[in-house]
Amino acid sequence: MSDAIIKTEHLRFAYAAEGGLSPVVLDGVDLEIEEGSFVAVLGHNGSGKSTLAKHMNAILLPTGGKVYVDGMDTCEDADLLDIRRTVGMVFQNPDNQIVANVVEEDVAFAPENLGVPPAEIRKRVDDALAMVGMSEYAAHAPHLLSGGQKQRIAIAGVIAMRPRCVVLDEPTAMLDPIGRDEVLKTIRLLNREYGMTVVLITHHMDEAAQADRLVVMAKGKVIADGSPRQVFQRVEELRAVGLTVPETVELCWELRREGLDVPLDAISDEECAQALYQILK
Amino acid sequence: MALKDITLGQYFPGNSILHRLDPRTKILLTVIYIVALFLAKQLAGYGILLLVLAAAIAVSRVKLKVILKGLKPILFIIIITGILNLFWTPGDILWQWGFLKLTVQGIWAAVFMVLRISMLIICTFLLTYTTSPILLTDGLENLLGPLKKLHVPVHELAMMMSIALRFIPTLIEETDKIMSAQKARGADFDTGNLLDKAKALIPLLVPLFISAFRRADELAIAMECRCYHGGEGRTRLRQLKYKTPDIVGIAGGLLLCAGVGVLGHFGL
Amino acid sequence: MEPIIQTEKLCHTYSAGTPFERFALVDVDFTAYRGEYLGIIGHTGSGKSTLIQHLNGLLKPTSGRVLFEGQDIWESKERTRQTRFQVGLVFQYPEYQLFEETVYKDIAFGPKNMKLDDGEIDRRVRQSAEFVGLGPEILEQSPFELSGGQKRRVAIAGVIAMEPSVLILDEPTAGLDPVGVSDILRNIHDYHVAKNATIIIVSHSMEEVARTVDRLVVVDDARIPFSGTPREVFAHEEELVAMGLGVPQVTRVFHRLRRLGVDVDDTVYTMEQAKAAFLDVLKRKGAV
Repeated sequence: MSDAIIKTEHLRFAYAAEGGLSPVVLDGVDLEIEEGSFVAVLGHNGSGKSTLAKHMNAILLPTGGKVYVDGMDTCEDADLLDIRRTVGMVFQNPDNQIVANVVEEDVAFAPENLGVPPAEIRKRVDDALAMVGMSEYAAHAPHLLSGGQKQRIAIAGVIAMRPRCVVLDEPTAMLDPIGRDEVLKTIRLLNREYGMTVVLITHHMDEAAQADRLVVMAKGKVIADGSPRQVFQRVEELRAVGLTVPETVELCWELRREGLDVPLDAISDEECAQALYQILK
Repeated sequence: MALKDITLGQYFPGNSILHRLDPRTKILLTVIYIVALFLAKQLAGYGILLLVLAAAIAVSRVKLKVILKGLKPILFIIIITGILNLFWTPGDILWQWGFLKLTVQGIWAAVFMVLRISMLIICTFLLTYTTSPILLTDGLENLLGPLKKLHVPVHELAMMMSIALRFIPTLIEETDKIMSAQKARGADFDTGNLLDKAKALIPLLVPLFISAFRRADELAIAMECRCYHGGEGRTRLRQLKYKTPDIVGIAGGLLLCAGVGVLGHFGL
Repeated sequence: MEPIIQTEKLCHTYSAGTPFERFALVDVDFTAYRGEYLGIIGHTGSGKSTLIQHLNGLLKPTSGRVLFEGQDIWESKERTRQTRFQVGLVFQYPEYQLFEETVYKDIAFGPKNMKLDDGEIDRRVRQSAEFVGLGPEILEQSPFELSGGQKRRVAIAGVIAMEPSVLILDEPTAGLDPVGVSDILRNIHDYHVAKNATIIIVSHSMEEVARTVDRLVVVDDARIPFSGTPREVFAHEEELVAMGLGVPQVTRVFHRLRRLGVDVDDTVYTMEQAKAAFLDVLKRKGAV
C-alpha cells in the first residue's frame, strides 16, 4: 500500500529488564495509517497506546516486527532524520517540549536543526504560528502563556518542520476545558484545511469521537478499529477494557436495554436528541 | 515574598540605540572598555572613561537607581579594597596613627581603585541590562565560534545556557507549588535553628530534583523529535549582522582605548 | 445545617500596589457545611485555586476573614497551624510532592508534623492507605516505583492521614483514565462516609461533579455568581457556557429535546435521572 504513511507489521515491544525482557507492552500490532486521515488511538493507561505512538517516529524501536514511515524502516539509522521530519510528535506536558524563552525562537528550533536557510525559517515560523492562531504571541515568553496556548506553540514547533503526519500523545491531558477545545480545534484544522495526517492518542471519548477512524487498544493489542460510530456501539466490550463511551451513546444503550429501539450511533448532542425525538413520535 | 517576584536575567527591555546594537558589538565594547580601565593611570584617563560610561547610561535610559542597586551586593568588597589602598600605599605621610599611615598617594590609589571596580561592574551590568539573555547567548556563541576548531563545545555550552534560562521560571513556579503542598501537610520552612531549616528543605528539594530530571528527560526526547542533532549544519532564524552603528561603535571603542592608553603612557 | 468553614468578604490581591496588581478574589462569601459533599467549578484563573488556599491558611486574606468552626483562623499562629491539619488540602497532581524512601514514611509525614505518638501515626498510615485502596505490601516500597495512579493515591493518603474534618481536593482526577477516575472518586467517597468529613472537590468535569456532589459553587471572575444543588446550577446552561464551563452532556441533550417541543424534565444531570425522565415521558404518552 503506497498511501500508508505509517505502517506497523506484527509490531511487538517489551522494555529491557534485568534477566531478560519485562512483560510485553505491544503484542503484535498491525496498523496502517492512511495519508491525510485523522485517527484516534484510544486505550486506558497501560494499554500500550503511548508506546505505540513512540514507535511512529523511531523514539522506540520494535523488539519484534517492523514499523515503516513513508516506506522507511524505522530501524535504519541512516533514515532517522527523514523519519523524524516526516512524522512530528507532540507530547502531554507542553512545558517540557518548549526549548526557547521566546515563542518564535522556539518554533524556529526544528527548522534550525534541519539547516533551513534563515529567510525560509522566518516564513515557516510565521506560517506555523498562523496555523495554530498564535501569530500575535510571536515575541512573548512561553512561560506566561496558558496551558492551551503553550500546547499550540508546541504544535507550531512541530509543524514548522513541515511534517506529513503529526502524532499527538495525550496532548490535552493536562489542560482545562478551554485549553482542550483550543487544541482540538487546532488539530482538526491541521487535518481538514492543511491535509495533514493526524494520529491522536487519548483516553477521552469525546475527543476520539471527532476522528475519522478509531483504534482501540488493550493489553498491547488492537481490539477494535473502525469509525467512531461503529466502535462506540460496542459499549460492553469497551467497558470491559476500562473505557467508557460518550454519555449520549451510553444513554441510548441504557434505553435499548429497556427494550426501546434506539440507534447506538448518535454521538453528538443533536443526533442523540433527534434519535430520542423519533422514538416519541 | 513570593518567589515569583524575583526578576530574572536582569534584562530591561527597551528600544534605545544601546538595546539595538548587535550583541557581539556590546560584548566586544565591554571587553574593550575593561581593557581601557586597566590602561588608565591618572585623572584624565579615568575622567574620560567616567564620562563615556555616564553617556552610555544616559543613552540606555536604564534608571541610575537600578544601576546603583546592582552595586549593593559587592559594596563590601569595594569598601575593603578602598581601605586597603588608602592605608597601605607607601608615600608622603599626611597622618599616622599606629601602623595606619594615610598618604597622598594612598588617597589617589583608593579613589582610582574604587572607581575602577565600580565602573567595571557597572559596564558589565549595562551589557546584561540592555541585551536579552537569548541574544547574549547567541552573541557569545558567535564570538567564541573560532574556539570550536580547538574542540571547545561552544554550541553545546550556549544551548545549555539558553535551556537553563528557559527553565528558571518553570522551576521557580514549581518550587512555589511544592512548598505550598508540603506546608499543607504541616511542613515548617521558617522556624527552628539552621539544622532544622536544612532538614525542612528535604521535602522540597527531593521532589524538585526528581521533577527536574523528569523534565530533562522529556525535553531531550522532544528535542530529538524536532531533529536536534548537535550544532553541526544548524542554521539560525535570527542572523547576527554588524550594521553601521556597530562598526562606528567598535571603532570608537578602540580609539577610546588607544587614547586612554596613550594618556596613561604620558602619566596623565 | 451547621457551617464548618466560612469566608466573610474575602478579598485577595496579588502584587498589590504594583503595575501587576491582580484581584483574584473580591468580597467572597463562601460557606461549606459540616459533612457535605461540595463541588467548586470555575475555569483556570477564575480565582478558585486562590479561594481554596485560603480555606486552610496557606494564603492570607488581603481583607476579610476566614472562619473555621466559627473562629478566625488567623487569630493566632497556633490557630493557623491547627487549621492546616483540620482542613486537608490535596493539590493538583499531588504525586509530584512525594519525597520519602517508602510509601509508609511519606504518608507519615503529615501525622509526624502533628507531633502524634508512633502508635497513632502507625494506625493512621495503615488506615489511610486502606482508604485509598493501597495494600500493606505497598507500604514498604519506594513511592517512585509505583504507577501514576498509585502515586496519586499515596499522595491523597498523605493528607487523609492527618484525619482532617474538611478534605479539599483540587482536580483529583486530572490526567487519569476512566477506571482511575472512578477509583479515586470512590476512595474519596469512602472517606466522606467513614469520617463524616466535609469534602470539597474542585473540578473541570461537569459529568464528574454531577455524579458526586450535593451542592455546587461556581467561581467566575473573582466572585461567586451562583451556587446551589447541581439541578439548580445546571439550569444556567448559557451562563455556564459563557464562563468557559458547561453542563453535563445528558443535560444538554435534554435541553435540546425540550426545545424540540417534548414535555420532558430537563433538569436531569445523571444517567439514571435521564433514563428515568425519558421512560416517564414514554409512560405518559402510552397512558394518554
